[in-house]
Amino acid sequence: MPPLISLKQLWKVFGDQSEQALSDLQSGKDADALHAETGIKAAVSDVSLSIEAGEIFVVMGLSGSGKSTLLRMINGLIPPSAGEVVIEGKPLTGMPLAEIQNLRRNKMAMVFQSFALFPQRTALENAAFGLEVAGVPQRQRLDKARQALERVGLGLELHNYPHQLSGGMQQRVGLARALALDPPILLMDEAFSALDPLIRREMQEQLLELQAESSRTIVFISHDLDEAVRLGDRIALMKSGIVLQCDSPSELLSKPANEQVRHFFRDVDAASVLTVKTIAETPDCVLRNSDGRQSLESAAAGKEAFVVDDQNLFIGVLRPNGEMITAQQGPVLTPETTIREAINSVVSAPYPVPIVGADQRLIGVISPRRLLGSMLLE
Amino acid sequence: MNLVMLPLFTIVNAGPVGGAMATTVEWLLNHGQPVFLLIESLVNGLTGAAEFILSVPPPWLMAPFVALLAAWRVSFGFAVLSLLGLNLVLFMGLWQPMISTLALVIAASLLALIIGIPIGIFSASRKHFWAITRPVLDLMQTMPAFVYLIPAVMFFSTGRVPSTIATLIFSMPPVVRLTHLGIRQVPKDLIEAGRAFGCTESQLLWKVQLPNALPTVMAGVNQTIMLALSMVVIASMIGGGGLGDVVLRGIQQLDVGLGFEGGLAVVILAVILDRLTQSLTSNELTRKSMPQRIRAFRDLWTAS
Repeated sequence: MPPLISLKQLWKVFGDQSEQALSDLQSGKDADALHAETGIKAAVSDVSLSIEAGEIFVVMGLSGSGKSTLLRMINGLIPPSAGEVVIEGKPLTGMPLAEIQNLRRNKMAMVFQSFALFPQRTALENAAFGLEVAGVPQRQRLDKARQALERVGLGLELHNYPHQLSGGMQQRVGLARALALDPPILLMDEAFSALDPLIRREMQEQLLELQAESSRTIVFISHDLDEAVRLGDRIALMKSGIVLQCDSPSELLSKPANEQVRHFFRDVDAASVLTVKTIAETPDCVLRNSDGRQSLESAAAGKEAFVVDDQNLFIGVLRPNGEMITAQQGPVLTPETTIREAINSVVSAPYPVPIVGADQRLIGVISPRRLLGSMLLE
Repeated sequence: MNLVMLPLFTIVNAGPVGGAMATTVEWLLNHGQPVFLLIESLVNGLTGAAEFILSVPPPWLMAPFVALLAAWRVSFGFAVLSLLGLNLVLFMGLWQPMISTLALVIAASLLALIIGIPIGIFSASRKHFWAITRPVLDLMQTMPAFVYLIPAVMFFSTGRVPSTIATLIFSMPPVVRLTHLGIRQVPKDLIEAGRAFGCTESQLLWKVQLPNALPTVMAGVNQTIMLALSMVVIASMIGGGGLGDVVLRGIQQLDVGLGFEGGLAVVILAVILDRLTQSLTSNELTRKSMPQRIRAFRDLWTAS
């Protein structure tokens, strides 16, 4: 299946002489040299990304990195200078305006950093705005808007005006306005950046809950690395209009493409991003269920043996004293557990803790020594 | 000694600039007659209808009705005040002149709004058009009000019609300016939100821009009505009738009492109209504090 949204060699250069500047840049001219000569900077340069259906895709970068411009090119609010945006296989370039408007009404809704609520409309009327624009009859659209507001926890504030609501509540209305359309794609432009840290955290959890309920494709713009790591299935790291690296949070952290990416992640608490899967070690001794003799040897050597059956499914741990601790009795980690979450069980267990996949297969083990070593990763 | 001689000239005839203007007016008179006739009948119909409708309810019905309106939109105190004021007008025997003044104000303002609001909307999104409109508006506002009377008389002779037209020209600038300002002041992120949710340009205008600009547009409506009222008094010189006539007679006969009575009635009408239309500007949702209003008024002159 082709990706839901794909961006192909996307460029955006603002300004009067943008065409000349664009062709200079495309033919390989140095961006800094051009900026020094003409004062023109590419907001987005040569970005190619594919965003798959159902993922939370975070575009992360400092202000001025071109991430908001990139988002606005996805729904056509800003036309690209060069390159192509393709939504569900249809290129946006050259599409008639009416069709783009249709796309915005049915396929993607946007949530704004500044909330951008209409001050003379109540929460309910705000939430119904997208449906109103799309021509949905009043009763139906108010019904859907009410449901959307209830889903974000604003069932009691339907008839309040935006100025009567707190910042967090206002952004919930903003979210409900987008959700009411039930769009397959949500575009969130620093949606939580203007909120207090506590409320921001709450909203992030709400978003993850909503995503668990019904999976959408969410393109989330953020300048907050913690937020990006918490929400993102994948993160595209942008700087000066260029995508430095696009990968899952733990990949970005453990395998940074260059020094700039590493620099970005310098302050991130690696232990709460990296999963135990990435630091799993091979156990010293694995026993097939049938293999009786070796168990005695390993017991003699004073080591634990990890017992699996013929399909490599995990059964339990055989202690040196001959005691058998089954998977149900002893501590077992899933591969998606973060290192921080694993600390407690790894430290308190007298032997390396096994990591077992959803299919019951033994993936590896993790010892306290390994755990500590991983924290020195940077 | 020579200096004293200078101001002894009296300007009797127009110079070349005025001459060109006079020629233009003459040309229009010779070639635009059908258009003027059409305008005349339209305006005459409108003012006639307004005066007729306003004359139907007798004073004892009209005054309490206005008081009720005042109580609803403004305050009880103001309701009492307007009831007293209207009774005073009735007592001075100026009810009928006041009604015809009001009719003229309503007709002229209505026309000014019908023409002015679309111009304001249109100019908000077109820089070049606004570059032409703005100096014209400046001209319309700074030109002494009496000047409008001359071409109005030439095109439409005397009476209600030229008075309405002169009034409409004089009172139109504020509503154009404030509509333009109101639409330009709609926050960029709201426009963007409208577009992001798939608004067409006309949906953007009706669902986002106009509702947000409404309080400012209403301030323009209020200003236009007040200017119309002030012009209607001047227009009595070309047969506008109404309260202006009373004031004019006071001047001609040097009758201080008559002039004062006419003036007082104008003031009463002005205060009632002002407060009632001002209440349209601010409802519970958009009520502006005094500093905000002052700022908005200042922005009006500094906005480009």
